[in-house]
Amino acid sequence: MKRFIGFVTKEFYHIFRDKRSMFILFGMPIAQIMLFGFAITNEINNVNIAILDQSKDSETQKIISKISASPYFKIEQQLTTENQIEAVFKKGSVKAVLVFEKDFSKNLQTRNHSKVQVISDATDPNMANTITNYVHAILQKYIVELNKNNQPINHIQSQTQLYYNPELKSVFTFVPGVMTVILMLVSAMMTSISITREKELGTMEILLVSPLKPIQVIIGKVFPYIFLSIINAVVIVSLGFFVFKMPIEGSLFLLAFESVLFIVTALSLGILISTVSNSQQTAMMISLFGLMLPVIILSGFIFPISSMPLPMQIISNIIPAKWFIIIIKGILLKGVGLNVLWKETLILVGMTAFFIVLSIKKYKIRLE
Amino acid sequence: MKTILFIIQKEFKQIFRNKGMLPIIFVLPLIQLLILSNAASFEVKNIPFSFVDNDHSKVSRELIEKFKASDYFKIIDEFPSKNKAVAEMQKGNVDVILEIPVNFEKDLIKNRGTTLSVSINAIDGASAGIMNVYISQIIAGYNQSIQPQLVQYNYGFYVQLKNIVTIPSFWYNETLNYKTYMVPGILVLLVTMLTLFLSSMNIVREKEMGTLEQINVTPIKKYQFIIGKLFPFWVLGLVILTVGLIIAKIIFKVPMLGNIGLIYFFTSVYLLVILGIGLFISNFTETQQQAMFIAWFFTVIFILMSGLFTPIESMPKWAQNVTLANPIRYFVEVMRMVLLKGSGFPEIKQHLFILFGYAFIINGLAVWSYKKTN
Repeated sequence: MKRFIGFVTKEFYHIFRDKRSMFILFGMPIAQIMLFGFAITNEINNVNIAILDQSKDSETQKIISKISASPYFKIEQQLTTENQIEAVFKKGSVKAVLVFEKDFSKNLQTRNHSKVQVISDATDPNMANTITNYVHAILQKYIVELNKNNQPINHIQSQTQLYYNPELKSVFTFVPGVMTVILMLVSAMMTSISITREKELGTMEILLVSPLKPIQVIIGKVFPYIFLSIINAVVIVSLGFFVFKMPIEGSLFLLAFESVLFIVTALSLGILISTVSNSQQTAMMISLFGLMLPVIILSGFIFPISSMPLPMQIISNIIPAKWFIIIIKGILLKGVGLNVLWKETLILVGMTAFFIVLSIKKYKIRLE
Repeated sequence: MKTILFIIQKEFKQIFRNKGMLPIIFVLPLIQLLILSNAASFEVKNIPFSFVDNDHSKVSRELIEKFKASDYFKIIDEFPSKNKAVAEMQKGNVDVILEIPVNFEKDLIKNRGTTLSVSINAIDGASAGIMNVYISQIIAGYNQSIQPQLVQYNYGFYVQLKNIVTIPSFWYNETLNYKTYMVPGILVLLVTMLTLFLSSMNIVREKEMGTLEQINVTPIKKYQFIIGKLFPFWVLGLVILTVGLIIAKIIFKVPMLGNIGLIYFFTSVYLLVILGIGLFISNFTETQQQAMFIAWFFTVIFILMSGLFTPIESMPKWAQNVTLANPIRYFVEVMRMVLLKGSGFPEIKQHLFILFGYAFIINGLAVWSYKKTN
């Protein structure tokens, strides 16, 4: 046991000595949370649009002022002919053009019916769709005002209640996501590198002939990273709580338990990667290049899983990050406990066991 | 010149000799492109929808039919009470609950109006906003469809209402196909990550192994060594781009309206910037681990600030200014503009000049900071 403690102490020295890596390790989560909290949002606002008003009457003026008053749109320019639309789209300066037909007011007065065309640059389909919906909503409201006097009174209204995140803050989805991505990548990458490094430099041989058992060597190697990852998790949750006022509805104890579980899952994945790679370069490329995008895209961090095509939904099940994101959102925002999250927790436990068993099978005590 | 060729030859041999790395370099990015492009979409559909019908009338059933008929919603179940439905939402099985009150039909006809209650799981704020829009649209549509009957029922006459019709028109992508938007972007990321990670690890690896010293005592000049080291990755980047574009064309049917030559020209300048950054990182680190960490740090920030996943316009002004220093942003924009909109040289010349300047500065710094002696 004393030997083992000595070994762990050595590992700690090794890691904390490297100031540059430390800086990145602790700077990364802070930088990411700050970016997501203050800069990045998947909401759509301040979109630059252009207007092509072919009738220029009082009615179109009123509608245009409604549109420019909304937080979603910024009217960037007025066009005079349809030919200009193509040019502004190609330049990318404007995302949509509203075209008011000729004799807009007249048609509305005489025929009770007039048209607005919303031409959007649908290279970004999400943006185009949202812009169209917002314009439609603004116009609907305007129509209700127009018809105030002869509006039928009988109609169905709806009252919407937003659960868990009434202000629709996007940082609430991003904090759990960032936490997951960072814990996953840091843990998997660090362990896989540190084990293959010993292999590559030839010092693994020395460790293996030492009186320490191979299992002790591995545990000693990953132990400091558990510690580091826990610090990262604490930093992220506290930033979310104190800076972005993210609620912690559920039990802190459960949160801590699940985080440690997930860290262990990621570490065991890191060990598995190290057993299949022969150099640090390979280990890093698998753990970083191989894991980064799948973890960001398939975990439900940024893109909703329920909207993905079915094969993708099935593939997403093998991403441990997906389950941790469900768990952590459940604890932080919904305040649920193990009675709801037991399935996700068991899946993570199962994955961890799978990685460990596979690593033991692949682990070679002798070097070629 | 001959010296450079020898170094290039050596580097290529080293890349192809490492059998463990080959699939990572050539297969992994393409698999990722194939799989991830299908998943990256902000589209909101298959929304797990449930309802509590306390009225069980003709009107309530008709309204629910409207939700069933919509492509956006996937009906999970009917629940006997709101509490049961909310419990399901807690478990994450349901995102929207529509509750129809008692006497819904009666209130609508006799008492001139009634109110539904809609509950939405809003953890993902942006999706919740979109769900709300879809729900309001369905209810508004239903309102309009029953108006004629109701008005007649009450007054026996029908007033023609004023209406402004919105005609949507989606240019460049009529079917709102998300893949054509994401494939070029993901390809940019894969090319960038691959070349940046490999180049930033490359020279530092020689340092770590001690072989850099051996090279330093040879008559090889600084620039020869650097060009010889980076050229293979420059080629590699263009190869991955080519295969990626072929996949984009054949499998994802991404329209390629613009000039492909322009894409290649832009990419070759862009790769100079990325390789310069890699070299710069190499110079300032001692171990591959450090190099990888720093490369990782910048890649993540560059990706998040690139407008690839989230719109740049929605960022606050200061953040938009920060993105101006982000090479990935320019590449993503140019790829999308040229491929999807057919933009030509005049539209992207500003991007190109900025990247030229960037390449010049970063490579200057990198060569300057690379020292043959310690």
